[in-house]
Amino acid sequence: MKLAHAGDRSRLALANRLIGSMPADRKADAGRRMGQARAEVQRSLAAREAELAAAREAQMLVSERVDVTLPWDRRPVGARHPLTTVAERMADVFVAMGYEVAEGPEVEAEWFNFDALNFIPDHPARTMQDTFFVGAEDSGIVMRTHTSPVQIRALLERPLPVYVVCPGRVFRTDELDATHTPVFHQIECLAVDKGLTMAHLKGTLDHFAAAMFGDGITTRLRPSYFPFTEPSAELDLQCFACRGASVGNPDGPCRTCGSEGWIEWGGAGMVNPRVLQACGIDPADYRGFAFGMGLERTLMFRHGITDMRDMVEGDIRFSSAFGMESA
Amino acid sequence: MRAPLSWIREFAALPPEVTGRDLAERLIAHGLEVETVYAIGAGASGPFVVGRVERIEELTEFRKPIRLCQVDVGPSHGGEREIICGARNFAPGDLVVVALPGATLPGGMQISARETYGHVSNGMICSERELGIGEESGGIIVLAPGEAEVGLDVGPRFGIGEEILDIAVTPDRGYAMSIRGIAREAAIAYAVDFVDPVGELAELSGVTASSMGQARSGVVPVQCRTDDPIGCRSITMRTLTGIDVSTPSPQWLRARIIAAGMRPINVVVDVTNYVMLESGQPLHAFDADRVVGTLVARRAAGGETLVTLDGVERQLDVDDLVIADDTGPVALAGTMGGESAEVGANTMTIALEAACFEAITVARMSRRHKLSTEASRRFERGVDPALAPFASHRAAALIAQLAGGASVGMTGQELPLDSSIIRMSATEPADVSGASISPERVVGALEAVGCRVENSDSGLRVTPATWRPDLVQPADLVEEVLRLVGYDAVPSVLPVVPTGGGLTVRQRLRRIAARAVAEIGLIEVLTYPFIGSADFDRLGLAADDPRRNTLALLNPLSAERPGLRTTLLSGVLETASRNISRGHDSVLIFEIGPVFLLSNSGVEPVIEVRPGVEDRPSEEQLAELRGCLPHERLSLGGVLCGAWEPGGWWGSGRDACWADAIEAARFVAGRLGIELTVEAASQPADAGPAATWHPTRRASLSVAGRFVGWAGEVHPRVAAAFGLPGRAGALELDLDTLIELAEVDPVPTAPTVWTMPLAKEDLALVVDESVTEADVAAALRSGTGPVLESLRLFDVYRGPQVGPGRKSLAFSLRFRAPDHTLKASELSTARLAALAAANEATGAELRQS
Repeated sequence: MKLAHAGDRSRLALANRLIGSMPADRKADAGRRMGQARAEVQRSLAAREAELAAAREAQMLVSERVDVTLPWDRRPVGARHPLTTVAERMADVFVAMGYEVAEGPEVEAEWFNFDALNFIPDHPARTMQDTFFVGAEDSGIVMRTHTSPVQIRALLERPLPVYVVCPGRVFRTDELDATHTPVFHQIECLAVDKGLTMAHLKGTLDHFAAAMFGDGITTRLRPSYFPFTEPSAELDLQCFACRGASVGNPDGPCRTCGSEGWIEWGGAGMVNPRVLQACGIDPADYRGFAFGMGLERTLMFRHGITDMRDMVEGDIRFSSAFGMESA
Repeated sequence: MRAPLSWIREFAALPPEVTGRDLAERLIAHGLEVETVYAIGAGASGPFVVGRVERIEELTEFRKPIRLCQVDVGPSHGGEREIICGARNFAPGDLVVVALPGATLPGGMQISARETYGHVSNGMICSERELGIGEESGGIIVLAPGEAEVGLDVGPRFGIGEEILDIAVTPDRGYAMSIRGIAREAAIAYAVDFVDPVGELAELSGVTASSMGQARSGVVPVQCRTDDPIGCRSITMRTLTGIDVSTPSPQWLRARIIAAGMRPINVVVDVTNYVMLESGQPLHAFDADRVVGTLVARRAAGGETLVTLDGVERQLDVDDLVIADDTGPVALAGTMGGESAEVGANTMTIALEAACFEAITVARMSRRHKLSTEASRRFERGVDPALAPFASHRAAALIAQLAGGASVGMTGQELPLDSSIIRMSATEPADVSGASISPERVVGALEAVGCRVENSDSGLRVTPATWRPDLVQPADLVEEVLRLVGYDAVPSVLPVVPTGGGLTVRQRLRRIAARAVAEIGLIEVLTYPFIGSADFDRLGLAADDPRRNTLALLNPLSAERPGLRTTLLSGVLETASRNISRGHDSVLIFEIGPVFLLSNSGVEPVIEVRPGVEDRPSEEQLAELRGCLPHERLSLGGVLCGAWEPGGWWGSGRDACWADAIEAARFVAGRLGIELTVEAASQPADAGPAATWHPTRRASLSVAGRFVGWAGEVHPRVAAAFGLPGRAGALELDLDTLIELAEVDPVPTAPTVWTMPLAKEDLALVVDESVTEADVAAALRSGTGPVLESLRLFDVYRGPQVGPGRKSLAFSLRFRAPDHTLKASELSTARLAALAAANEATGAELRQS
């Protein structure tokens, strides 16, 4: 078709050749008309060609249809354990406030784990924390029973004022069951500065609670006892699920807080002056606050985990659900 | 400590409508940890009345003997009635407890007049268990003559349906291990009157050795003294004679003892326990006729033994405090009595000990003998040192009332109480808490908890009550004030924190490493760090492998795993196995955590230095404290087992293998900015658990000659031992070392991105089978010079064209110059140089066909 109308032997081409033999006075007119005619043919041809190409492409694209819903899970997808990511998430809240992350060993000198924290030798408070003893009898070495020895290390090693957060793994001689594990994690916060008060403790806790559980979530302190704080407090978190709406409301029970409105979260208090003394800090000049909580417990109520063993056994389904970061 | 609400009410004038739960809530707000509130015999409702059995007719026509009883329940309940009873431990004239028709037993059983064994039974004669007030079910309750009047509803008196507060007493609040202490807190919480059961204390205190010891009625009082004023500050011994120990304890006494969680034993022991529960003072009664000579509080002598009341013969330690008579120890002081002077059914005369033992002495003894008793738990927390004379008096009076007998005198020795004064500014509670608390409120709160407070120019002078040994410094008083004011009074203020340095480089690198492994596709697990010889066996470690040298726990959870791990592999392999057994067919997991290595000597660490806590330890002491601990090295362990890429509609998949494990190690190191040197390691190496890997499919990983770990295929025997299928890969990296290396220069330098045209060149080289790719590639790199942009192996060929024992390695090389298009001659030069270098280093020849 293209040859028939635009080729060398097409009528228009043949006619074009004849123009040369035409009288001179008619050549111009014939040439102009010939030019118009050939341009029109070229245009039509081009249009048709484009049309055909489009149709061809359309047909090809249709024929290449795939099922986009097919799975393509060829790459292994990794994940981190939620205990490590939530520890990072919590530490980041404090780092953003200006705190630094302090660390210490898991096998610890009794002096750091107990003595310096005002656990008097043979005081019943020591036996409250069922301790793994390391090495020979009376070696003076234990598996740390809490992250609090890091407080002592921080106070001995860092210049004042000290604002640190200490996440870490700790050990107590409990058998593993749905609510206990002998190996678990805590995060602890310590601030020692001039003029700190319990109000600063409360403010920091409220800020932390809101950062982890949503705007407006607050905390509550109840009197308690820890050797290393005085005054000491149990720390409750306002229920982030019902925000207290379930209290006394049988129609809307809350599974997160058992309709109590508050969730037991950890311990807190003002650093016992004796702890400061053991670190060579004069309690007349400096005061401090400290608090700590279990990460397993936090994770359990934050994510609705009902069995502690899920965090311990390493089933890949468990960690996979939590991805790379704690939101 | 379990405290029945009615007992608390005896001393605290609580409003009648206050329930156990109400009280619990207030006590919690004031710092007593009430764990639960429960009712004894929940659901029970009376009337449960006292009846007198008038006549008993034995019915014998049934399979078991049955009694038809005529019981008088008093005129207000209709007088005499017929009741059928299966129990046989009573006789006409006995007082029993009758559940009348209309009553409900605990558990919901309703009592009605109903026909049974051919007669209408108008009620039920009850046992302790049926009423929920005890375990006794062998027979019905028989009350002591005169214990209660016929017709009396004993429900309240016996605590049927009574609410109990179960309180976890924190170590600082020993005084709350008594009804006295709890009632005091209850009264404070409701701002109501408190009657101290130790009201007569003032008259009784001040007993001295000289004022005691007068004899009466021919029986000589048992003499006592303390030879150890530290362990035993005071001791009193009251001798009572003419006691009938066979007298049963009255039901109300039994009920309270059971409600408090103890077991009734006999009337003397029950009374001592009752007084201990009430006042907090542990007491001990000896059979005075079995005591020889004087009872002395002293430390045990080496080699002495004592058979305690639990029947255990105990080897005494020279630190043990004992009560001894002239023949030897007769009791572990404040912990448990001995069998030799135990009060029994035939005891006529008792020596009643009330003493004040030192908390630490008792705590050590209790721990040493693994013997935690009601008494030791109280002494450990500190017993009110002024209490002993009262408790002795109270117990003697009760014993005399319930079991007859009379006191014939008291002997004792008492050292003066030292009361220390705490000086505190009246504004201290406000200063520490940030709450506004007036000085008047401060004084009021301190007085409420029993302190004597004097206002002076320089502040408050506070003398704590004798039952508060925990109050020694101003901070302790601040807590007392604050808990009464309420912690809710503390405002919420964010402190101004000085600018911090953020995470350290080390901390960031650790996060980067963890994220990198997960990025590859591995899933993080956290395993316990405990390990044992069976684990090392499974890992294939030789008997003398240094990894078997673990730091041991003194009290491991399991005897199979007494040590702390020296490798992460056992934990991740076991976890992989658990996943496989749960049906997962692709298990790619890793763990990051410490391994615990003994110092080079291999000797178990011991810390000799025990600094005090009054001031900062010396730098030498601190260095020793830190230096004696084992080396904790952060490690990364991983297992790659089963599908790396699953099969699917796209075709077949691929299982993870040795190469994935090595690449994972390379990748993590790469993310830390470190290039790993991977070397075949066919010879046993001394570093790390080499035997765990397939001997010809494992790589030793190093950086600049520093060993950092292993990766490769798990040894088939090890895989089988852990129950892993197929050819699993594994890796273990010394992450601490990697991070230390990365820390040196954590900030990478940017590469120059040249934009001149790229030239490509492929090279196929034939080498001996023993030559590694790494060596050939390194030689090619060194030969080409700076124009080589990258080099990559794209094929390995073995076959007839290259001959036996040889292989062909095909590399694709990419060249680029910084400033011009490479000329053919330059390319040819680079190519020839690369070949020459490879040939020289490895004998590589250009493949001809």
